[in-house]
Amino acid sequence: MAVIDVPRKRGTSHGIFRRRPFFTLACLVVLFFIACAAFASWIAPYDPLAQSIDAMMQPPGGDHLLGTDSYGQDILSRIIHGARYALLIGLGSVLLGATGGLILGVAAGLSKGWVEWVLVRIIDAILALPSLILAVAFIALLGQGVDKVTLAVGLSMIGPFSRTVRSDVLQVKSQLFVEAAGLMAIPRLHIIRRHILPNIIFPLCVQVTVRVSEAVLVSASLSFLGIGVTPPTPDWGLMISEGRGFVSFAPWMSGMPGLALAALLIALAIMGDGIREEYDPKLRQGR
Amino acid sequence: MTPLFELREVEKTFEIRRKGKKLGLRALDGVRLTITQGASIALVGESGSGKSTLLRVLLGLTPPTEGVALYQGRPIAQVRAENREFARNVAMVYQDARGSLNPRMTVEALITEPLRHFGICTAAQAPARVRALLARVGLAPEVAGRFPSEMSGGQVRRVAIARALASEPTVLVADEAVSGLDVSSQAQLLNLLRRLQAEMGLTLIFITHDLGVASYLCAEIAIMYLGRIVETGPTRAVLDAPAHPYARALRKAAPEFFAPLAEPLTGEIPSPIDLPPGCRFSGRCAYAQADCRLTDPALLRLNDHRAAACLHPLTQSFANV
Repeated sequence: MAVIDVPRKRGTSHGIFRRRPFFTLACLVVLFFIACAAFASWIAPYDPLAQSIDAMMQPPGGDHLLGTDSYGQDILSRIIHGARYALLIGLGSVLLGATGGLILGVAAGLSKGWVEWVLVRIIDAILALPSLILAVAFIALLGQGVDKVTLAVGLSMIGPFSRTVRSDVLQVKSQLFVEAAGLMAIPRLHIIRRHILPNIIFPLCVQVTVRVSEAVLVSASLSFLGIGVTPPTPDWGLMISEGRGFVSFAPWMSGMPGLALAALLIALAIMGDGIREEYDPKLRQGR
Repeated sequence: MTPLFELREVEKTFEIRRKGKKLGLRALDGVRLTITQGASIALVGESGSGKSTLLRVLLGLTPPTEGVALYQGRPIAQVRAENREFARNVAMVYQDARGSLNPRMTVEALITEPLRHFGICTAAQAPARVRALLARVGLAPEVAGRFPSEMSGGQVRRVAIARALASEPTVLVADEAVSGLDVSSQAQLLNLLRRLQAEMGLTLIFITHDLGVASYLCAEIAIMYLGRIVETGPTRAVLDAPAHPYARALRKAAPEFFAPLAEPLTGEIPSPIDLPPGCRFSGRCAYAQADCRLTDPALLRLNDHRAAACLHPLTQSFANV
């Protein structure tokens, strides 16, 4: 009997990097920032909180590679330590939002009747406000600090996550293999665990990578507005905001953390898009 | 002996809204069908004739609006709700075999699921059992580690059949299980099904629109038109001498080698939302008479084996019955 050998479809991870040079570059940039965050204490030339009256607002070059700010703090050291906060808050809040979105989205997708109606209205209500505005509202309730910012940004991202999860659940739920499992009299919880959830988790992971950059941006915006992380902390948003008053004669104070933020955001966005295009079955069909 | 499945005057009406008005779409209308243990029956008909709805009623997925659907003398919905026996005994092979298999599970996991679920073997025995089932449908053991997306259409159908057989069913329901495949895999699958039926004594309910497939695989045939079974009987007898004009038209419309299509059926199948008065086939029937447009014929016995829903059956010997 003829058994046709079909080659495995999915490209190896090696293949992705060769086919997508920008993706590779973005991954390297993100890795670089992760390394900065992980080894901040070893890499940074100065203590990020050490102030010095002698070295106030020095331009880039010399002892301080990227200059100093108005308190004489070394900007390079602050950026390196700031990467830790940016990534910590970004990843933490996205994971929080994804977990919340998964629970809410699965519940909304699987429930029926008035329960579904209520859950969908809740999701719609969260979605009605942009995540920054929502995060500001949560900060107003929670107060300031790194953990509070993570929580606020995470909560504000539950809306978009739960919407995509719900639509995935609805799509998977209507598929034939779910009906076939029901036909086999497999219990409902078992169907959800074995057949529905595995088909939801993967697209959710792709969503997580796409949304990390949004979370980093929102958290930096909160700090920029002065309602996020509290001042001595080396946070990029805070640094940009601190340098704002001096932008005409000491542009590096805002410019350097701004460049770091822009580089990380762009790299994260390219990485997220690359992963999505590579693994999202909906996009792959179009190719 | 109680028949395995018995449908009595089964009706299924779907409510649809069109321009604000509620309309009833009759997918099934007065279906009578008896399936005995060990039988092999082909359900034949055009698209939209209600074959799939009939299948869903037989599987207990769709409750009939009117009439009764019985499995071993008891309502199917009740039997289904009681325990897993019905689910184990009646296995289904979907038309879209690929869609009926979870894309994130390997073939091994897909076939192990019913094995474990129905407690057919222990976890330790499962791998050997999976390979035995794969061998039975003509697949190499290496296939066990693959995902459905890595296999061809014919292979995926085989996996679906292997999975259906895993629960050791007594009834195999197949919806267009071989359509859309190339002729050689079609032939292999048909041989496989025929062998399984002979070896395991399976009751086979096979939906198809291919009369050739029906005649090869099934001893009995039921021809459907617009939600009603218009003729039933032994496949050979029905196809040799159809009693219902629709059966005859289907028979004539089947292509034969080197012959032009003799009598293509004219006209479109009417909408089930608004059925013509009288016989539903009268509008397209070449033999329609005046009373055909007034009286709706039910499926009535012609002799011991055959039945047709026609006021003026074609075959001479039945004409005076």
